Amino acid sequence: MIPILKRYRAFLFVLLAVLILTFINKSLGKEIIGITSFSLKEMIQVIPPIFLLLGLLDVWVPKETMTKFMGEGSGLKGILLAMFIGSAAAGPLYGAFPVAAVFMKKGVSLKNILIFIGSWSTTKIPLILFEITSLGPKFALTRFLINIPGIIIIATILSKIVPQDEINEIYKKAQESI
Amino acid sequence: MNIILYSLAIILLAASYLKDKSKTKKALKKAWKSFENILPELLVIMLLIGVLLAVVDHDLISSLLGESSGWFGVILASIIGAITLIPGFVAFPTAALLLKGGAGYMQIAAFVSTLMMVGIVTLPVEVKYFGKKISYTRNVLAFMFSFIVAIVVGMVVSNL
Repeated sequence: MIPILKRYRAFLFVLLAVLILTFINKSLGKEIIGITSFSLKEMIQVIPPIFLLLGLLDVWVPKETMTKFMGEGSGLKGILLAMFIGSAAAGPLYGAFPVAAVFMKKGVSLKNILIFIGSWSTTKIPLILFEITSLGPKFALTRFLINIPGIIIIATILSKIVPQDEINEIYKKAQESI
Repeated sequence: MNIILYSLAIILLAASYLKDKSKTKKALKKAWKSFENILPELLVIMLLIGVLLAVVDHDLISSLLGESSGWFGVILASIIGAITLIPGFVAFPTAALLLKGGAGYMQIAAFVSTLMMVGIVTLPVEVKYFGKKISYTRNVLAFMFSFIVAIVVGMVVSNL
């Protein structure tokens, strides 16, 4: 029981703060709880298939295959695959990080993982369709076209500036998270 | 898109179960473990988003970006986008309303861009997987990149 309490202490602390706030300002508290339930609902709707696929990927796809397609030296093929998987995803950015951990475990290069994260964050196909309808095709497509080189440049810079031993450390930690 | 993702997950899960029951069980365990691994942080994020969106409401953003113009507005829009985390399906209609309310395309492009690429509330989760150096640098680079997005989108949308 104690370890669980320890892991969730930040959550319990914030929850307590919100409850106290609700006592002081009832309408604000109500609004906070309403928005939080909305986010929770979104999480419950989107998260299960992502984690199911992640578990299946980890069990069924051999490391060699993933390394060959998306590892160091996978070149353009790896970049395009990373972009495609990220863009086909659904759900908020926090769903991408556990998937990235499985990718690390399977030997995907850091650059491709960061391209995947970048695509997940901003070039998701269902969201682009939605962006076109609400902000217009010129706005959405310009943003999309500039994002592609942007994502690759950011991923390249990041993977260059981090020392190899730090990358190894991150990859080692990823093994334990799944 | 949710339906496609669900169908894909269920079909693959069924195929996996038919092929190898114990492996499927292992996959389910791993799925749960990865989820439980970030659940404490996720719950904090949900509450913080609730607080943020309750305090920084749509009218406030609209008045700030509507009145201000030029670079000050772009910087402000980027900061608001970086801090808040709004699901895309809420963010785009909001952005469209802000445009109607008088905000410029540059400001809205900066807002949308940082909203999606920069995540200050989700930083604890990101650090957990990528470490401080990568996470902080990624967010800073994405923040700076959003200005480029703002300039380009601003030029294309207003001049073409």
